[in-house]
Parts: sequence; structure tokens; C-alpha cells
Amino acid sequence: MDLLNALVALSNFVLVPGLAYGSQLALGALGVTLVYGILRFSNFAHGDTMAFGTMTVILITWWFQSLGIHLGPLPTALLALPFGIAITGAVMLGTDRVVYRFYRRKKSDPVILVMVSLGVMFIMNGIVRFIIGPEDQNFADGERFLISARTFREMTGLPEALAIRTSTAITLVTAILVVAALFWFLNRTRTGKSMRAFSDNEDLALLSGINPERVVMVTWLIVAALTTIAGTLYGLDKSFKPFTYFQLLLPFFAAAIVGGLGNPVGAIAGGFVIAFSEVTITYAWKKVATYALPESMAPDSLMQLLSTDYKFAVSFGILLIVLLFKPTGLFQGKSV
Amino acid sequence: MKKLLLASAASALVASAALAGSHSKEVKIGVLLGFTGPLESITPHMAGGAELAMAEVNAAGGILDGTMVTAVRGDSTCVDAAAATAAAERLITSEGVAALMGGDCSGVTGAVLQNVARPNGIVMVSPSATSPALSTAEDDGLFFRTAPSDARQGVVMAEILGERGIKSVAVTYTNNDYGKGLADSFQAAFEATGGKVTLSAAHEDGKADYAAEVGALAAAGGDVLVVAGYIDQGGSGVIRGALDSGAFTTFMLPDGMVGTGLEERFGKEIDGSFGQHPGTDSNGAASFVDLAKDKGFEPTTAFSPEAYDAAALMMLAMQAAGSTKGVDFKDKIMDIANAPGEQIFPGELAKAIALIKEGKDIDYVGASAVELVGAGESAGNYREIEFKDGKITTVKYR
Repeated sequence: MDLLNALVALSNFVLVPGLAYGSQLALGALGVTLVYGILRFSNFAHGDTMAFGTMTVILITWWFQSLGIHLGPLPTALLALPFGIAITGAVMLGTDRVVYRFYRRKKSDPVILVMVSLGVMFIMNGIVRFIIGPEDQNFADGERFLISARTFREMTGLPEALAIRTSTAITLVTAILVVAALFWFLNRTRTGKSMRAFSDNEDLALLSGINPERVVMVTWLIVAALTTIAGTLYGLDKSFKPFTYFQLLLPFFAAAIVGGLGNPVGAIAGGFVIAFSEVTITYAWKKVATYALPESMAPDSLMQLLSTDYKFAVSFGILLIVLLFKPTGLFQGKSV
Repeated sequence: MKKLLLASAASALVASAALAGSHSKEVKIGVLLGFTGPLESITPHMAGGAELAMAEVNAAGGILDGTMVTAVRGDSTCVDAAAATAAAERLITSEGVAALMGGDCSGVTGAVLQNVARPNGIVMVSPSATSPALSTAEDDGLFFRTAPSDARQGVVMAEILGERGIKSVAVTYTNNDYGKGLADSFQAAFEATGGKVTLSAAHEDGKADYAAEVGALAAAGGDVLVVAGYIDQGGSGVIRGALDSGAFTTFMLPDGMVGTGLEERFGKEIDGSFGQHPGTDSNGAASFVDLAKDKGFEPTTAFSPEAYDAAALMMLAMQAAGSTKGVDFKDKIMDIANAPGEQIFPGELAKAIALIKEGKDIDYVGASAVELVGAGESAGNYREIEFKDGKITTVKYR
């Protein structure tokens, strides 16, 4: 029995990756949920908007790097982030002006807007591949590790190591800051309150003089910021590839729906639920169990519930279960 | 207008018949490769290698006292067995080829062998089909390959690990025929030598994050992680994840993973990691490159030397048997390829033909150091490499 080593192994392979992945999902799901709550449709273009935002950040990062601008131990991408958000925001507003506004004025059914967003998704998809290509892009620089596996082993003398990458730490800190700022904005500012009012009851909001176009504009800007940040963090932590970002759509929607569509708190909770179930169900528990259990009970098998190939099946399964038994999600959202 | 067309067509026919008449002694060899499909970027260079050997023989006056060799290309598509069978059928029935240099990919090669080559008694020498399944396929002695079976690499890997005293490894492989075949043949060979594979798990290419896969491999444990993947794909992703989480520090890298991209990506981080890929230090490879200069193809492309050797072997075997019929010369191929005899390198085909005429033995070494074993497949030469100071260094050739 060696609980300390068990804890370290658990943190290294489950807790830390789960927290980072959960934060990235939460940020993405927040965007999905905001669009659903305020604009009232499921935005299928979300994953590719994220790819677009990340692409702009990457291009600006490369430009900064060529100019010799660096952030020391932190990745240069953080510096490029505001510019990326601005460009993505402009593109989102443009898309809204050219595409979505037409259908909104016609009061089209949500399902038509969903199909429209599917079209936007394919166009974004093409633009991103056209500009940066379909391959992997690595744009992380600065210090790779906060604590590397080797330093940890030297510091503690334990056989198990806990590595914490800079990108993981940045992901957590940024996610907390962004979520705090978002909630402050929604709950404390006039614009935020008008957004919530618009989401709760569109007609009442219009009667009390809230300008719907302004609400829509602010929503798109916030969504642009959220997607760009989520995409950049994911890209820093893992790597950027347009197809992967498109695939993230499923866990995003799963997280938003599990938490309750239209409910920001739910989106965050949903993000972590999905992330931790994906990680824990596909993790091989043998190592942790060998440390934690008495020697006589040490397992021979890998103690892996599902092979890692089925990662997406987990989020899909959770999505189905929640839709079956609690269509409004864990935190009262809108039923789908 | 119509009459003019008819007239010109008729005269063209007469002309070609006359031309054929003047070359009364001619033998055609089919070059059956996937000129379209997943291998289309390397097949022109493979065909170039095979046709270079034929041009060399023709320049020396042909085989069998003046029989000129002509190449006829056919498209195997690499993936479509029906299309490859049709192409091979066309080569044999309408072009009248005496032998086939090909196919390229294992699946279509097996189909052509069973459906076309065996019924027609045509010899096939494939330069690039590496599937272990072809070693045991029914072939009536008609099928040979100048490429080693993937099973051979598995054995070489087990040998390397044995020499390094490593007893327990975890394996991750890219989820396709190559990765699975290599992982399976390696596991069989390694366990036969008493080694232990703690876990053999697939990884999908093109994912952003391999933390979950690495977590499972780390839980299984092992001294070394064998990464049977692709360098520009999941293989590197798994290595990155394993290094970051401190799960593994030493890796074994089969052919799909050895390349300069690895030096750029990991450098000194994977010092001490080792692996192997097909390669030879024989003089043949260098003289093949010299020979192919200005011939319009890239001789260093994978399987281009093997294609040259495949074509050369067939022509020399025809010379030795004194016949261009498959049933006559199939038994000569092993004799030509293996010792004893005088060693023959690329550019020495004229000398080889002369030696055979004198009734002397030859040992065809060629561009890829051909040594046929078992049911007529290359024993394979591998270069064992190791990472030192962030660079790939050669340990030895085996």
C-alpha cells in the first residue's frame, strides 16, 4: 500500500488532464449555451468558429515571433489572443449581418437556423483549411513545464511523477478568470442583465425597450471571445488541427446539454462532467490500484472499462442518458 | 474526311505491323503498379527503376541472343483488387507479357496472383508487397518478392531488444493493416524469445491528444514503449504524451517512425531510443543511385531499388533458363538471387548475362542486397539506429 504514489499517479493521468480538458470544454460549451439561450438555435458552426479564431491567433503569434516579440516563459499566443478575438468578433458580426440576420428578421424556425449554421460551418471549415491547411500546427513556445516529470521525481524521490505543463496551468487560470468575468458581466452590468432578460422572455424584453440587435451583437462578441480563448487554450495544451476542432463539437454539445442548454453554470458543470467521465472511464486503473490496494489484492488486468478508442462514445452515451431521463439537463436549462 | 481517317488508320496499322515484324524477337514484361491511388507518388519511381534495368539489358544486346525487353505498364490502383485483376488480365491476354513486375500493395498483389498469374502460369516478382500473409499464399512457385515481409521486421525487433537485454515492453500501433500487422508479428517474435508485451494498444492517427492512450500504456508498464506508427501522425503524438507525463523515456522506433522529423521534434529528449528501418550498406545502393542519374526518376524513393532488382532478376532468370516462359524460368530465380557465384551489382547486368552464357554461377546482389529466403522473399536488410545527442546514428546493419 502506498497511497502517496497512488495519489500522484492519479493526479498525473486523471486529475490534471481532466481539469484542463474540462476547462476547455466548459469554455466551448458556454459559447454554445449563450447562442442557444439568446439567439435560440444550436450553433453547429461553433467548432469551426473555434478553429477560425485559433487560426487567427496562430497567424498573429507567428508574426510576433518573427518580430522577436516574446512573453518570456509564457507562450506568445497569449499576447496574440486579444487581436485574434477582435478579428474573430468582426467575422462573427459579419456572418450575422450577412446570414443570420436575414433569417432572424423572417422569424424562421430554430431548425432552419440550425441548418443555416451548418452551412456556415462548412464555409468556415473551407476558409480555415484554405488559409492554414489541414495539417497539425504547433505554435506553443515559452517554458513547456511548470514541473516536469524529472524535476518532480528529483524533488520528492517518489517513483511516480507528476508533470504539470505550463499550458495546463494557463488553461486553468484563464478559464477561471474568463468565467468570473462572464458571470460578473451577465449579473452586474446593464448589458448583461438585458441579455438575460432577452433570453428569459424575448417579448417582455422588447416591451421594456431592450434593443435586440444590440443584445445579439454583444452575444456574438462574447461568443467570439469564448471560442477563440477555448480554441487557443486547447491548441496550446494539445495541438491545432482543423478536423480535431470540428470533432470537438460533440463534447461541446454534450457538455452544454448535460448541464442544461441556455444555463451558463450548467455549461461549466457539464464540461467537467464530460471531461472526467471520458478520462476516468477510459483510464487503465491498474497502476493506481496496485499502489492503493494491499499487495494481495493487486490486480493483474489493466482495469480499463473501455478502450481509449471509445472516448467519444462516452460523451455520446452521457448525452443520450441525460436526454432520456432529464431533458432539461442537470441544472434547469431549456428542454431540447 | 471519313475516308482520310480510315486511310490513315489503316496505314498506321500496316506500319505498326511492319514495326513489330522488324523486332521479331521481343519479350514484354508487365509493370503492374498503382499509378493511381495511395501510392501514386512513389510508383513512377518504382517503374523507373524496373525500366532502367530493362534498358540496361537492351543496351547490352538483350537476353537470349538478341531478344529485346519491353515494359508495358498497367495500373494496379493499390487498393482495388478488381481493377488490378482486370489490368493484369489485359497485360497477359492482349499485350502478351511474359512476366509481371508487381503488384505493389499486398492486397492487390494477392488477388492478381490467385486470379491471373497462377491460372496463366505467369511469374510475378513484387518489389513492395510486405504483408506476412503472402509468405504462405499458394503460388505454384510463381511468386517472389524483393521486399521483406513485415514479419521479418518483427523478428529483427525482437533480436534488437534481446541484445539490449530488454524483457518487457508496451506496444502502441497505428490502427491500420501496417500497424496491426507489425505489432502482431513483433509480439509473436518477442514472446517466442521469452519477452513480455504488457499491452498492445492501437492509437488513431490525427488526434490532438494522446493522454488517454499514454495513461493506459503507463498503467501497463514496461521498460520501453514500442511505437509502431507514423512519424507525422499519432506516433509522434504518443511519444510527446509519454515524455510529458514521464510515463516512458525510451522508445523503440520501427520503419514508419525513423526520419529527420523525429530529430527536429524531440532531439535530445529521446536520447537512448532506438529502432530500425530497411536499409543496406551494400555498394549496390550507391551504384544504383549513380546509374539512375538523369533518368527522370528519383532512385532513393522507397522500393525503387527493389523494383530494379525485381526486373533484373526476372530477365537474368529467363537468360539462365533459356526461355521466357514462366514455368521454365521460375525455378531459376532463387539460383540467380543467392550465393554461390559472382556478385552482380546494378550496372553489371551485361556482365551477368555473359557469365550465365558461359555457364557460370552468379549471385545477384543488386540495388537492395537481394537475398531470397523462404518461399522466395527478400530476407531484408535493416539499419539499426540509436538516438545520440538528439541525432539518429547508425548502430549497425543487420
